[in-house]
Amino acid sequence: MTEPVPSSPAPIEALKDKGPQAPPRSKWRDVWEQFRKHKGAMLGAFFLIFITLGVLFGPYIWTLDPQALDIRSKDMRPMYTAIWDSSAKTGWNHPLGSDQLGRDNLAQLIAGGRASMAVGWAAMLLSLIIGTGVGVMAGFFKKLDGPLMRLTDLFLSLPILPLLLVAVTLFRQPLRANFGPEGGMFILIVTVVGITSWMPTARIVRGDILAIKEREFVLAARSIGTRPFQIIKRHLLPNVLSPIMVSATLGLATAIITESALSFLGVGFPSDFPTWGKMLADAVARMEDFPERVMLPGIAISLTVLGVNYLGDGLRDALDPRIRGR
Amino acid sequence: MTLKTLLLGAVATSALAPAAFAERGEDGHVNIIYWQAPSIMTPYLSGGTKDIEAASLVLEPLGRYTETGALVPYLATEIPTVENGGVSEDLTSITWTLKDGLVWSDGSPVTSADVKFTGEYCMHPEGGCAQLAKFTGVESIETPDDLTVVVNFDKPMPNPYGPFMGGQSPILQKAQFEQCLGANASSCTDANFYPVGTGPFVVDEFKPNDVISLSANPNYRDPAKPAFATATLKGGGDAESAARAVLQTGEFDYAWNLQLAPDVLASMSEGGTGTPVSAFGTLVERIEMNLTDPSPDLPEGERSTVAHPHPILSDFNVRKALSMAIDRGLLTEIGYGQAGRPTCNLVPAPALYASPNEECLTQDLEGAKALLEEAGWTDTDGDGVREKDGMELSLLYQTSTNAVRQDFQALIKDWWSQIGVETELRNVDSSVFFGGDPGSPDTFQKFYADVEMYANNFDGTDPQSYLSMYRCGNEPKPSSQWQGENINRFCDPEYDALLDELAKTGELEKRGEIAKKLNEMLTKDTMTIVPLVDRGRVSAHSNTLGGVVLNTWDSELWNAADWYRIDG
Repeated sequence: MTEPVPSSPAPIEALKDKGPQAPPRSKWRDVWEQFRKHKGAMLGAFFLIFITLGVLFGPYIWTLDPQALDIRSKDMRPMYTAIWDSSAKTGWNHPLGSDQLGRDNLAQLIAGGRASMAVGWAAMLLSLIIGTGVGVMAGFFKKLDGPLMRLTDLFLSLPILPLLLVAVTLFRQPLRANFGPEGGMFILIVTVVGITSWMPTARIVRGDILAIKEREFVLAARSIGTRPFQIIKRHLLPNVLSPIMVSATLGLATAIITESALSFLGVGFPSDFPTWGKMLADAVARMEDFPERVMLPGIAISLTVLGVNYLGDGLRDALDPRIRGR
Repeated sequence: MTLKTLLLGAVATSALAPAAFAERGEDGHVNIIYWQAPSIMTPYLSGGTKDIEAASLVLEPLGRYTETGALVPYLATEIPTVENGGVSEDLTSITWTLKDGLVWSDGSPVTSADVKFTGEYCMHPEGGCAQLAKFTGVESIETPDDLTVVVNFDKPMPNPYGPFMGGQSPILQKAQFEQCLGANASSCTDANFYPVGTGPFVVDEFKPNDVISLSANPNYRDPAKPAFATATLKGGGDAESAARAVLQTGEFDYAWNLQLAPDVLASMSEGGTGTPVSAFGTLVERIEMNLTDPSPDLPEGERSTVAHPHPILSDFNVRKALSMAIDRGLLTEIGYGQAGRPTCNLVPAPALYASPNEECLTQDLEGAKALLEEAGWTDTDGDGVREKDGMELSLLYQTSTNAVRQDFQALIKDWWSQIGVETELRNVDSSVFFGGDPGSPDTFQKFYADVEMYANNFDGTDPQSYLSMYRCGNEPKPSSQWQGENINRFCDPEYDALLDELAKTGELEKRGEIAKKLNEMLTKDTMTIVPLVDRGRVSAHSNTLGGVVLNTWDSELWNAADWYRIDG
């Protein structure tokens, strides 16, 4: 009586699956494609890799000791000054010139870069980890919100330089005994800069998490029984990556600059241990006669910070699925 | 109405009349910059030059030294001498007469009781007075009447101008400091920050380690002085920015002690707003050897005290080798140029007291190596650093933050590494280093390092009190709140005996001989102190500030009352 249902009904033409047009692509490949479109980010990344490799392997290529004194060839100018001033004291033994005690500028720049980059990266990573951790916890778990945010306020009210001065006075001796004068100071600076600069990151991350955790996709994830940790990892963190990237770039700059401020005050690294900040501070007195001694480390700091900024910008665009592919 | 107008007119005229004759305050404001910020306004609780000089604007001694080293009376009517009967024939007492009608800035009269009290204040056994050396040998102070002070010494004092003479021992007001004797001294914050004085200025506001606002003392003895109504003494920063502020930007009128590399100073003074001035005195940049153990493993209160001799520097050969490795001529050339002379003496001037000791002027790296080798310091493990009995020859070398000093550190470290001595450098902010705060581990008095470098000099022309700083027991220690001038913790009974002899000798030739001997005991014979450079004092004043006379024998601000503004 009833018409038998055809066992396999002919599909509607419009809804017909045509099969994949392109081979499947991995997410990271998409990210890379997007990243490559950002010219500034590419330049930034290139410069950052260049300078990192430079400070890592530079001492093996340019083997002069940055602390070696050579009074006879003091106050030499960089090679390029010879272009407009043929009477300038230049020489290939010091291609970027030498300082008032005859220490080689190029070797100092490389050695200083090692110290500054190490301090910058380590302090930035530390503050990033603490900041993101606190921000996510405060935003996601209501009970932790109050205490953690008050803790953030507390840390925000700590002035960093006086705190560092006190920390140096208190902890210099034990750290110096255990890790040597340079190692101890490195740990001290990284720690203090790290634990005093995570607060902006934490606040921004908490704000974003508060907004995102009410969105439908989080509700959906929750409804299928995803555990809180998985929700954070899978759904929340990728969405707050952009503010984290921005704080990271700012953090690197702050750390390099704080280190130089400390060296300037005489509580940082020993005075003959070159860092970019110290080279800059030392050269200010002779800025008019030897501008390159200020310019070289200054440009190095600026370009590094700028490079990291652009890199962060590009990464944010590349990692955000809503922007990617447009 | 007519009456009122008349009265007002009369009041106005009487108010204006004195202004037409007196000049006090007519030149407005003067800005002084000291890159080491003063932390206290009395020289008795601080050995730092900055505090002594800041206090000299407010507090005055009975007499001062001029720029030539001569003595001039300030609060006294004249300088007592044997000729005028002020100093007794047997050299055991000195009689000062105060000027008549002197008043403190609060209007009360200055009497001999104030002078007597000042002596008691500094000589109080629990006080830890920083200028105690000035009062060496004082037995009693008598006040026969309101204007006469007799200082009695327990033995003949050929140079009786220790107490109450020069910027280091000015007169305090008894009424103000009465409650601040002995252990209370450092807790009397109000008195220590706002002392009542007789000097040209009074303190309006004192911010420790920052800025001092002063105004003209309304009761200053010369009604026409000071020419400036107000003054600001700004502290902090560094020598370079201070020099720039006077020589290039003209923000400040006077900058003190510009320890800058000669090429830097020369290029700055092309700025045209100021002029550097210099004068040679007794200022000697030196390396001080710590004869006690500064090891952080020792309990607090025992570090750098005589309880523990230094494990490495107690060896004379090491100290000698360290000195031999230094090329003083090169240091002078790089750091001071015309404003410095290489020296081997702690007392480089006046000529009468200067020893002909010159053997350290030639660098001898090979000799230094041989000396260390001979003394048993050998490099057994091949790391370039010598050892002996399992101890590495490794030193911590501290100084204040200053570009020239850091250059010196780098150079000396380089020479020392050539003779197999490892050096760790440390520089401390100068306000902290010279601050004398007993709570800070970084002061030069605490000396929590093996060697340290700074400069010091003496007031006046007689080195006796300067040399007696190195007496046994005068070292900074916890029981004296880390005050004291025997920075090296040097102790030699023979030296002390010779000091006593110097104190008994009146004949100048003889005094010179003993002083030279004492100087050699500290330098050439023991290498406790390694002098580097005899430094000229360089300061700068703006082209519109007149009356500046650079004085290396007393406070640089000694004649601030005579400063005036040049129009233009």
